[in-house]
Amino acid sequence: MAVCATAVVLVRDPLRQAMVASIYGLVLGVLFFVFEAPDVALSQTAVGAVALPLMILLALAKVRGGEE
Amino acid sequence: MSDRVRLSVFGVSLAGLMGLLLWALTGLPDFGHYAGPYGYILNRIAVPERSTTDVVTAVNFDYRGFDTLAEEFILFAAVVGVASILRKLRRERTRAPDDDAAGRHVPETSLTVRVAGLGLVAPTILVGLYIVAHGQLTPGGGFQGGVILATALLLIYLSADYMTMRAVGPVALIELAEGLGGAAFVVIGLSGLVAGGAFFQNWLGKGTVGDLLSAGTIPLSNAAVGLAVTGGFVFMLSEFLQQTLTRRQVRRRRGRSA
Repeated sequence: MAVCATAVVLVRDPLRQAMVASIYGLVLGVLFFVFEAPDVALSQTAVGAVALPLMILLALAKVRGGEE
Repeated sequence: MSDRVRLSVFGVSLAGLMGLLLWALTGLPDFGHYAGPYGYILNRIAVPERSTTDVVTAVNFDYRGFDTLAEEFILFAAVVGVASILRKLRRERTRAPDDDAAGRHVPETSLTVRVAGLGLVAPTILVGLYIVAHGQLTPGGGFQGGVILATALLLIYLSADYMTMRAVGPVALIELAEGLGGAAFVVIGLSGLVAGGAFFQNWLGKGTVGDLLSAGTIPLSNAAVGLAVTGGFVFMLSEFLQQTLTRRQVRRRRGRSA
């Protein structure tokens, strides 16, 4: 968990950071599940591992696609 | 402020924060040693009183339904925010989406992605609906299921293209789902006020414990929230996609700063 969180901070390229954040979200979801909180685990997995990195990706695509 | 002063201010505040955090950490109860009475009370009464086997859902959609309503409106506010920030500006123009315009070449989606994506659409929808429908029985509910349902549309975008995604989920329908789900949740709360005397009073028949249609208004609330969350997430994703794929800023001729 701590390794994942540190990795998110240490990876400096936003594109890779989105991927690492996704892995972090998934690991956090597993942690919630292990600690007997399946409801939170489901939310965390769906939002942290899929929705959040996705929005970062889309925002990045927009910023990099930029002007014409 | 020089670098040195800045660094020392940072050092002092970091030490203070670490100290406070460690102090708080040592005061936490051990894992599995829950101190408050409410959890135990709820665990005891939720099954006989509300016919739910998932106490978390009973809390979210019944005992503290009001909180969930506010959370629902947080999501609604976020969606409204995205919609107003990503609206079409005067100096932006719309063009055909990148993957559909004539004379523009984008790398073709590989067959693997297409097949895997399309193959996952139906199972994703099924899992999403299952999680929404079984909110009162197993972990999950409207929110979790709604987000999963929203990703199904994204799989369609991944394995087909933007226009196909638009055709499957037209904006009007998505907005309708978001608004209708949110409104239905409020109506369920108000119906409790009318029929049972309190906002979010669970006045419907409780049914048999473990049945799909049990726990009174809880499955209805879950369905409403599921609809609203699916609509909200799909709307946000398609707004982002629309902004990314079809809009370009028109550059100004003269050197006026934008």
